[in-house]
Amino acid sequence: MSTVSESLSLALELIGRADPELTRIAALSLRVSGSACLIGAVVGLALGAWLAVARFPGDRIVVWGLNTLLALPSVVVGLLVYLLLSRAGPLGALGILFTPTAMIVAQSILVVPLIAALSRRLVLTALREGGDQLRSMGAGSGMSAVLLLLHERVGVLTVLLTAFGRAVAEVGAVMVVGGNINGVTRVMTTAIALETSKGDLALALALGFVLLGVVGIINGALAWMQQGVSRSAEVLA
Amino acid sequence: MNHREPGPSAGQDRVLPIASKPLLSLRQASVQFGAVRALENIDLTLHAGERLALVGANGSGKTTLLRLLHGLVPLSTGERCWDPRSLAGSHPAGSHPIAARPSPRQPTMAMVFQRPFLLNLSVRNNLRIALWLRGVGRAERGLRIRQALTRVGLTALADRPAGVLSGGQQQRLALGIAWAAQPEVLFLDEPTASLDPSAKREVEGLIDELAREGLTVVMTTHNLGQAKRLATRVIYLEAGRLVVDKPVVSFFSEALPFAAEQFLQGELSWN
Amino acid sequence: MELNRTFQPMGARARRASLLAVIGTVIMAGVALLMAPAAHAEDRFIVMASTTSTEQSGLFNHLLPLFKQASGIEVRVVAVGTGQAIDMARRGDADIAFVHDTAAEEKFVAEGFALKRQDVMYNDFVLIGPARDPAGTAGRDVVGALRKLAANGAPFISRGDKSGTHAAELRLWKRAAIDPASFKAGSYRECGCGMGPALNMASATNAYVLADRGTWLAFRNRGDLKILVEGDQSLFNQYGVLVVNPARHPHVKQALAQTFADWIVSPAGQGAIASYQVGGESLFFPNARK
Repeated sequence: MSTVSESLSLALELIGRADPELTRIAALSLRVSGSACLIGAVVGLALGAWLAVARFPGDRIVVWGLNTLLALPSVVVGLLVYLLLSRAGPLGALGILFTPTAMIVAQSILVVPLIAALSRRLVLTALREGGDQLRSMGAGSGMSAVLLLLHERVGVLTVLLTAFGRAVAEVGAVMVVGGNINGVTRVMTTAIALETSKGDLALALALGFVLLGVVGIINGALAWMQQGVSRSAEVLA
Repeated sequence: MNHREPGPSAGQDRVLPIASKPLLSLRQASVQFGAVRALENIDLTLHAGERLALVGANGSGKTTLLRLLHGLVPLSTGERCWDPRSLAGSHPAGSHPIAARPSPRQPTMAMVFQRPFLLNLSVRNNLRIALWLRGVGRAERGLRIRQALTRVGLTALADRPAGVLSGGQQQRLALGIAWAAQPEVLFLDEPTASLDPSAKREVEGLIDELAREGLTVVMTTHNLGQAKRLATRVIYLEAGRLVVDKPVVSFFSEALPFAAEQFLQGELSWN
Repeated sequence: MELNRTFQPMGARARRASLLAVIGTVIMAGVALLMAPAAHAEDRFIVMASTTSTEQSGLFNHLLPLFKQASGIEVRVVAVGTGQAIDMARRGDADIAFVHDTAAEEKFVAEGFALKRQDVMYNDFVLIGPARDPAGTAGRDVVGALRKLAANGAPFISRGDKSGTHAAELRLWKRAAIDPASFKAGSYRECGCGMGPALNMASATNAYVLADRGTWLAFRNRGDLKILVEGDQSLFNQYGVLVVNPARHPHVKQALAQTFADWIVSPAGQGAIASYQVGGESLFFPNARK
């Protein structure tokens, strides 16, 4: 396992001297995946909450479709978005292919089903507990769903962190729609893929450790903030 | 906080005003959940100022009846209606303010559940949201929150998260939320069943006080002693049917159908 | 049940303040994240479709800064397999293509997607294999080597991805009059992957593989592998540059792309290519027509 130990020390060295290339790549990873999660949160939470309370013909099919989309391979999303944004495609005139914007679009599409499915589950479970009480107090189904998301905000945060993990770790979508252009659309995962295919396994693994480290810091910061604001909510959860 | 414990003779003080207006009534109401017939041909009229206790074994339909009266459960057959003329006379003068927004249709109602569901927010914010849901304006909200906190004795805990309150305190908060809505009818589903004895006394005392102020109360309970202490009228249900419907004193003193008598014996011995 | 709380929760004011702080941070983070850098509409850049083997050789890291200095134009390289690169250019997703499959390039021009193709440089392929060479392929004759490989049944990794390298490999099998499908089961392995992963695979399984010299020289994970056959004329690998025809794709940045094409075949560009070396060896040999 000498490659592993070599990679660990290489990772620490890269972080230690704040390698500018590494910093740029990491910052872009965070920017792309973070934006995708924010967009995904707005769309996904609304969709999930709505599906938890809505009753319409075919609602079961929509939920089945949503759950199936959870297994959508990232490279498939990448291809679909590529075909959409390609000059030869319907939205080609936007000219956003091979830019970070296209990557954000692709990752947003990737995380929306995840956030929607998980938040739907959260709301449904909470509805079982408090749905009657909220109805008794005069809340319509939509309002109940929103209040329950507020009530389960710790669970919602976990859902968003899960989505962020999925986004920041994926390589298929961003590779296809971003093109892994040096200095423009290269992110941590595509850089790792490149170094692997070049045979520089130690560097690839080192970048992997750095990625984990960055995500670990973010999770830690969020957990610390959340603890400070609502300790008792954690106790309840 | 002083809780007045209802004594065994309380029944005598709880005499209904003679001409008590009907608030809600059910005519031949039935409720079916899938293959199960939870309620069968119920005829019942709820009057203003009444304190109605619904008793019966588990599965007798008392909770379903409670929810049906409140409107949480749909009717399968029969009728549920309310009489708007009763609004004006539903509260004895000086004890309980008339609802801020006279409802055009149903009487204002609130419900307290066996296990209170409180949002993961402070006590105060729970009240705030509940009032906001009822459409109460900002200034009025502030006033009612203060009043409710005082009424149920939770002012000191107003900014604590609702989740850290004890069982009894949480139920008091649930009562406070219900009371702040200024309902004409208060529904209670086994409100003290999950509480330890001291909390039970605390909450029962509060219910008794609220009822004395003129609130119409409908509650389910499997604790007959509680029914005896708090109610003016008792209804006994069996397998979804309304079997006995009598004023409280008569219920506990007169002869009852055999099954009801058995039930009484079985339950009373535990009090 | 009384729930005993032994910790001191924050007072109301402190809690409100930290909640505001959290909300404020989230909003600021959101704004920062969503704020894209200033629009590139005014920046001078072109998108170039090229191949993974060219990028992995490191040529672009050497060449493009020189071009940027000379012209102020940024070249954004999207490196994929040759087939995909040409497809990108056909769709108009790239302004210029820089690949090494002359037949495919000529077809591209014939279809009208580019006005012309120009020779830029060549490098060569080499046959890589395990140092002990069980099939006895070492030498200067690649077609003979392939025949020996087929007879011996030693494992061979093919890129199988319609790349320039893959096309060259198939041409060589044809020259040797051997159909790879006739190989003993499991000895002809198509990975459908780039040059680097193919080399990784060869290194891990001590197999033979046809590679371009550039990628091989930059490759770090060699294991037991070494060059066994080189210098054969048929291992010649010609690179060409094609500017996408604006008649087909009006949005293409033709002027900027043409600047690159002109520069790469000029003495300055050709000199830059020749000066790129790895371990003292040149990887590419400029041969633009004068």
